[in-house]
Amino acid sequence: MSASFFSPDDLVALWISLRLAAVTVLLLLLLCTPLAWWLAMTRSRLRVIGEAVAALPLVLPPTVVGFYLLLFLGPHGWGGRLMHQLGMQPLSFSFSGLVLGSMLYSMPFAVQPLQSAFQSVGARALEVAATLRAPPLDRFFTVAVPLARRGFITAAVLTFAHTLGEFGVVLMLGGNIPGRTQTASIVIFNHVEALDYGAAQRLSVTLLITCFALLLIVYAANRGVREAAAIA
Amino acid sequence: MQFRRLFALLLLAGAPAAQAEDLNVAVAANFFGTLQKLAPIFEQASGAKLLLSSGASGQFYTQIHQGAPFDVLLSADSDRPKQLESEGLAVAGSRFTYAIGTLVLWSPKAGVVDRDGKILRAGAYRMIGIAEPRNAPYGAAAQQVLTALGLWEKLNQDKKLAVGENINQAWQYAATGNVDMAFVALSQVTDGNTISGSYWLPPQSLYLPLQQDAVILTHSGKRQSAEAFLNWLRHDPQATAVIKAAGYHLGE
Repeated sequence: MSASFFSPDDLVALWISLRLAAVTVLLLLLLCTPLAWWLAMTRSRLRVIGEAVAALPLVLPPTVVGFYLLLFLGPHGWGGRLMHQLGMQPLSFSFSGLVLGSMLYSMPFAVQPLQSAFQSVGARALEVAATLRAPPLDRFFTVAVPLARRGFITAAVLTFAHTLGEFGVVLMLGGNIPGRTQTASIVIFNHVEALDYGAAQRLSVTLLITCFALLLIVYAANRGVREAAAIA
Repeated sequence: MQFRRLFALLLLAGAPAAQAEDLNVAVAANFFGTLQKLAPIFEQASGAKLLLSSGASGQFYTQIHQGAPFDVLLSADSDRPKQLESEGLAVAGSRFTYAIGTLVLWSPKAGVVDRDGKILRAGAYRMIGIAEPRNAPYGAAAQQVLTALGLWEKLNQDKKLAVGENINQAWQYAATGNVDMAFVALSQVTDGNTISGSYWLPPQSLYLPLQQDAVILTHSGKRQSAEAFLNWLRHDPQATAVIKAAGYHLGE
């Protein structure tokens, strides 16, 4: 890949996007698995509230989500003041801030596939495991998680892709700073704004092909596993 | 060789802010392309690197209020820099007009827009593109021109205005043929000598000057480098030549 195909800024932005998406996926899967499990299994009335809250990030326009996060995490917001009291830098205009914003913004894409996967595992398989004296955690990791594998894959893929394509939150909360918070999607927008359509297209096509290949691999692998399971 | 450079870049992306000399510049979208041309010249002359963040002036204003780490703001207007100055967020006395924009009614096709703008009254067109007057200075200027011509109300009633979020969208509407013509910035349609397509330059008396001001931000820890950059932008003959060639007038 020649240096003229991509400018250095383009490459740095691509790398930031990939890191952001990967970190967001990891953290969201960790955090959303227990949440989705609870939503899938509980009979509590709080469940509907939990489901509604988990879907909320879909409602507001991304720049508005970014704006509120900026107010919250900025030096005068609660989040910013808390960070200050803890002796830490504010999260606005930093990579960590972008991770937080992306996690919030992509959360529904992690929670919902996991929840429906856990629901389709159903209570029955777990009850059978319980009669075989498998303790709760064992039941979860050796019965529920393998059975809900497709949900994990879907959640990871959707979250990854959604974070890569994220624009409004990242632009507002990150400040479009090259080398720090400027992601590939923002660079593409910048190229379009600067009327440099060639550069915008090169980066867009790269992003599309990368994601397509990634999705293809994941879905193909998933299909292979499923077919193997069906034969067995 | 190539890979090593790529690797170094990737490492750089993970590292915190590089040298002390790097300046974070927030630049209005309409001047972004021009500053991209200016940056390498300045970097070569000074050894400092400019990190450019392009965006809407209103968005930058909000972000600066929330502590955004910009050293310099090149705004699309003079109101927001003035406001930042009065709020103590911009260094008092650092503000100056780095460029004055020119409004143009433009079509990518030859023979559509006449040199006197008579087509506006003739009404033989489907739609005109403009930028959002409330947020975009060039949109406000377009509204002033249309109001002065007594056409604003009628065009709104007839739903003949396609309103872009900013001046680049207005340009895109016209460039892609989705509107017959658009009020855009001269800087978008000139290569320094000629203007493509057909156009009308509304008399400057019909709209308030499109002053674009620059300021140094108070919390910048690199005030000297910032001053050096703004000084260069204001006085260096090479810099001012690039700004003029891009279709702007110079302040003062």
